[in-house]
Amino acid sequence: MKKLLIYLRDYKKECILGPLFKLLESLFDLTVPLVTAAMIDRGIGGRDGGQILRYGGLLILLAIIGLACSVVAQYYAAKAAVGFAAKLRHALFSHIESLSFGDIDQIGTSTLITRMTSDINQMQSGVNMALRLFLRSPFIVFGAMIMAFFIDVKAALIFTVAIPGLALVVFGIMGISMPLYRKTQGLLDQVLSTTRENLTGVRVIRAFHREREEEQEYREENNMLARAQLFVGRISALTNPVTYVMVNGALVALLWTSGLRIQVGSLTQGQTIALINYLSQILVELIKLANTIVLTNKSLACAGRIQGILEVNPAFSIQMPGELGGMSDCADGNFERKGKEDLEEKEISLQDEEEHSGGKGSIGEAGNLRGQAIFEDAALCYAGAKEPSVEGVRLVAEPGQTIGIIGGTGSGKSSLVHLIPRFYDVSQGRVLVDGVDVRQQDLHALRQKIGIVMQKAVLFRGTIRENLLWGNEDATEEDLREALEISQSMEFVEKKEKGMESHVAQGGRNLSGGQRQRLTIARALVRKPEILIFDDSTSALDYATDAKLRAGLRKLDYHPTIFMVSQRTSSIRHADQILVLEDGKVIAMGRHEELVEKCQVYREIHEFQFQKEGKEGA
Amino acid sequence: MSDWKMERREKRMSQWDTIKKVCRYIKHYMFLAVLSLLCAFVSVVTTLYLPLLTGDAVDVMIDRGRVNFADLKDILLQMGIMIAVTGISGWLMNVINNRITFLVVRDIRKDAFHKIQKLPIKYLDAHPVGDVVSRMIADVDQFADGLLMGFTQAFTGVLTILLTLAFMFRKNVWITLVVVFVTPLSLFVAAFIAKKTHSMFQKQSETRGQQTDLIDEMVGSQQVVQAYGYEDKALKRFDDINERLEKYSLRATFFSSLTNPCTRFVNNLVYAGVGITGALFAIQGRLSVGDLSCFLSYANQYTKPFNELSSVITELQNALACAGRVFELIEEEEEVDAEGASFARGSLCDSDGAGFGEGEVPSKGEASCKMRRLEDIQGSVRIQDVDFSYVAEKPLIQGLNLQVRPGQRVAIVGPTGCGKTTIINLLMRFYDVNRGAIYIDGTDIRKVSRENLRSQYGMVLQETWLKDGTILENILFGREDATREDAIQAAKLSHAHSFIKRMPDGYDTVVQENGENLSAGQRQLLCIARVFLCRPSILILDEATSSIDTRTEMKIQSAFQKLMEGRTSFIVAHRLSTIQNADVILVMKDGQIIEQGDHQELLANGGFYRELYMSQFVSE
Repeated sequence: MKKLLIYLRDYKKECILGPLFKLLESLFDLTVPLVTAAMIDRGIGGRDGGQILRYGGLLILLAIIGLACSVVAQYYAAKAAVGFAAKLRHALFSHIESLSFGDIDQIGTSTLITRMTSDINQMQSGVNMALRLFLRSPFIVFGAMIMAFFIDVKAALIFTVAIPGLALVVFGIMGISMPLYRKTQGLLDQVLSTTRENLTGVRVIRAFHREREEEQEYREENNMLARAQLFVGRISALTNPVTYVMVNGALVALLWTSGLRIQVGSLTQGQTIALINYLSQILVELIKLANTIVLTNKSLACAGRIQGILEVNPAFSIQMPGELGGMSDCADGNFERKGKEDLEEKEISLQDEEEHSGGKGSIGEAGNLRGQAIFEDAALCYAGAKEPSVEGVRLVAEPGQTIGIIGGTGSGKSSLVHLIPRFYDVSQGRVLVDGVDVRQQDLHALRQKIGIVMQKAVLFRGTIRENLLWGNEDATEEDLREALEISQSMEFVEKKEKGMESHVAQGGRNLSGGQRQRLTIARALVRKPEILIFDDSTSALDYATDAKLRAGLRKLDYHPTIFMVSQRTSSIRHADQILVLEDGKVIAMGRHEELVEKCQVYREIHEFQFQKEGKEGA
Repeated sequence: MSDWKMERREKRMSQWDTIKKVCRYIKHYMFLAVLSLLCAFVSVVTTLYLPLLTGDAVDVMIDRGRVNFADLKDILLQMGIMIAVTGISGWLMNVINNRITFLVVRDIRKDAFHKIQKLPIKYLDAHPVGDVVSRMIADVDQFADGLLMGFTQAFTGVLTILLTLAFMFRKNVWITLVVVFVTPLSLFVAAFIAKKTHSMFQKQSETRGQQTDLIDEMVGSQQVVQAYGYEDKALKRFDDINERLEKYSLRATFFSSLTNPCTRFVNNLVYAGVGITGALFAIQGRLSVGDLSCFLSYANQYTKPFNELSSVITELQNALACAGRVFELIEEEEEVDAEGASFARGSLCDSDGAGFGEGEVPSKGEASCKMRRLEDIQGSVRIQDVDFSYVAEKPLIQGLNLQVRPGQRVAIVGPTGCGKTTIINLLMRFYDVNRGAIYIDGTDIRKVSRENLRSQYGMVLQETWLKDGTILENILFGREDATREDAIQAAKLSHAHSFIKRMPDGYDTVVQENGENLSAGQRQLLCIARVFLCRPSILILDEATSSIDTRTEMKIQSAFQKLMEGRTSFIVAHRLSTIQNADVILVMKDGQIIEQGDHQELLANGGFYRELYMSQFVSE
């Protein structure tokens, strides 16, 4: 929470004035019973109509001033809370944008979205409530007690017993029922997940006709939930009756004491009424305070979760050559040095820009290394994993070459290519692009050189054109058409009424899997990258389209280095080098013909896919 | 104008309908409901009686030396009793209302879940999972809140208002009139603010929605965003919306938070008004000081239920809308089997015919409902002149004919959307044909119960659904009476055993939600093991091995060969290698079978299949 408070920094004025005006309002609230008492004692007691009207007028005046104060307070509280939430949202979003793939994998997308939306909203109302009520409620409770002491010390002693007693009951019941509520929430989540499970698995459940068992299971969970709710309900149902009894018990005591005090002449009727009034105010405010605490607690929990995300350091930073060695994680204390580096980096890139838009110039041979990728004994071990997903990779991909990568699920194919755009950092060895370690390059510039087509074809809401322009904002109409052509998307894009201006729904839901995949390929091509990576991204294409796509790629005039991850030997058989992966290790490397001859695994895959006629057909 | 009126009337009618339905659920707890109302009545009366007694108490202590302790003692004793009665009846009412609410909610959820198991797949395909889930969880919860609030507050609120009026009129008509006329002001103020802020809230939630969409899209596809260096632009778009949201949010929050101060202001006015008039009457001796204190506290109590009632009414309306949505689900038409008890279980997936202990039972059913029962089938399948479409305007399958002999292996290939999966939907009767018929062993599948029909099949789908539970439980899903040994045997046959062994708890490893601790291929292997366990007469594999790498697939294929021996099987596959050994390959396009034959024949034909097949090897 402390760290999040800096987002309130710009609202210091609001944070002070809001509660202050709230206090003023409650101060006026507290004087009302005194005025009433005076009205009764002097007005009625003295049979003075003028006095009554004067005090009555004062009451109305107090009401008006109270309203004004309260409006001002509400405004400042709302302004601080809303502004705080907006600043926090901005900070969190930009932080999430900077997180590495590894972090996002670990945290999970849905978690991030919840943090961004409902958690921050919860915090906004928490701040709002806290600014308004956290001071007001205790102030009124203790203020009422102090006022009571001013009126009559003996009668006020009842307050000193009643207040702690009430507080004990209100907070005690809350303390007991809160964990129980959490438990029922857990049970409700269980009911929810069973419901969801039964909806998503309806075909399987019906195919195995397990409807009755599923229903039985659900019924038990549902009953358990109801039982838990009843239990906690029974406890929290005590709050109102018990506090009612306590407050009114205090009232009885107060009346008796007042009787005694009036008898000896140290208290008046009007003052008795004022005391009664204060007593009833206390209960209302204590209950409000309890609710505020519940809400604040929730907000604090949200704050903790949000802070947890903000504390995840972006794993990537540019490193000096000396730092690289074997250690991959950027140690935390290095901010100062990094800052300097960034500056240096910028200077270098400024100088370079004139020479060549592509490569980084620290080595100075950018020209002939354009598109080169080298793996030097590279390994990647995901956070929390026991074994590396891929290790000991040695590979030199020369500019313009096509590299095929094949292997079973989980053999580390994707992990391998994800090292090139530095989606993850190597845990050992290094990866060089254009002759420079990727960790020494500006991340943005590095990725600018690479076009990657992911396994999962993701498009964004907008038009087809807008999606293609992700690859390169400045692409010409020609570039776009060429990319569509080569990715074999032209045929279906042209069929659309609005062509490239056709609407794409979120995630590309209004397109088929194959169409989506082809458009993501086009998007990568628009960029005219030095290195083009296909991460098993032609699986939704039929063989004919796949073949046409490969033919098109070969004709590209900018000759990108191509990494082709696939499960089909047909997709990679013409590659310059093929890596066969198994369990994260390269078990064989070579051209298609060599591998068929030498590598048993590759041969098996190939023969299984091609069978007898395959060889003849080829 | 009249349209608008009609609409309003209809809305009210449907609200009535919903209320009636809610009452039907409450009927089971009639006794509790009556008891609750009784408690509410008692607690309201005693609560309101207390200020009267307080006033009396004030009146017996007038001045120095003029305190009547005997009367005071009496009054205070009465107060004590009243307080105790209020406390007890209030607590009882709360407990009872809780009970009614949560039990009704439980019953509604139970019925809704039961309905899910009975709804046609068509309905479930057409309604997003999130929608149905939110009806069953969020809507029901909202309804529960509304019901609870309505019960406790609506009734007691109305009662409090009426009784307070009665008590006050008995004491003094004029002061009562002040209260009655000034108090509604706070209602007007609250309603006015609510109306004014409504549009601001709408704008706020609209903008919030836009922002959530953007977050969803950008964070959900973070990899692409980063790969294409879109971060800065995303942040800019985000800030645009964020600024707008801040503006709208401030307005909505501020103006809506005026409600409390404003109603409090009106209450203070009432208080002052009562004070002034009361005091003036007191001077004339027409009202005692105690009565005045009584009025002051009544004025307070009188406004509270008004303020609460307005929120109760919105809450109740909201609750009714939610209940309406839930009832819509509960009343959705069920799939009819024409058979009385569709849950009467046959023996599962038993192709050996040994387990048909209930063999005699169906004959009864047949007599009464004309339902037939598939027993120990051979596995011949005939599809005759079938037309089918999901949407009436878009015909999909037309005049489909197919004859499959027992034990044949049928493969279905073709481009996406050609109707491959639809055939499986029809065979399983997830959907029914529009025209024509499908026969198994000569029996129209619409003449047997869905359960009986489905127990003849074993199915592996592309989407690998697993239950929340252990790996063992998931395999046993195929046949519940199987033993652990059977399950392990099935896992071995489907080549799942080796990876299960390596899991932390072996067969007792819990499959995490969405199976995050399993890869797609492993999930698929478990689904296959599930089918291996139940040994069905007819096997349906819909892209069953799509997520498994080629080497594992090779192993499973051989296992499938064994499983399929003597069984009719339907295989939908993307990879042609998967289906080359099929007896019949159906090549589908646009809902039609355009080619039919075995692999060699189709290649020789030189048609679409050959084109598909050869494209695997085309290089240039």
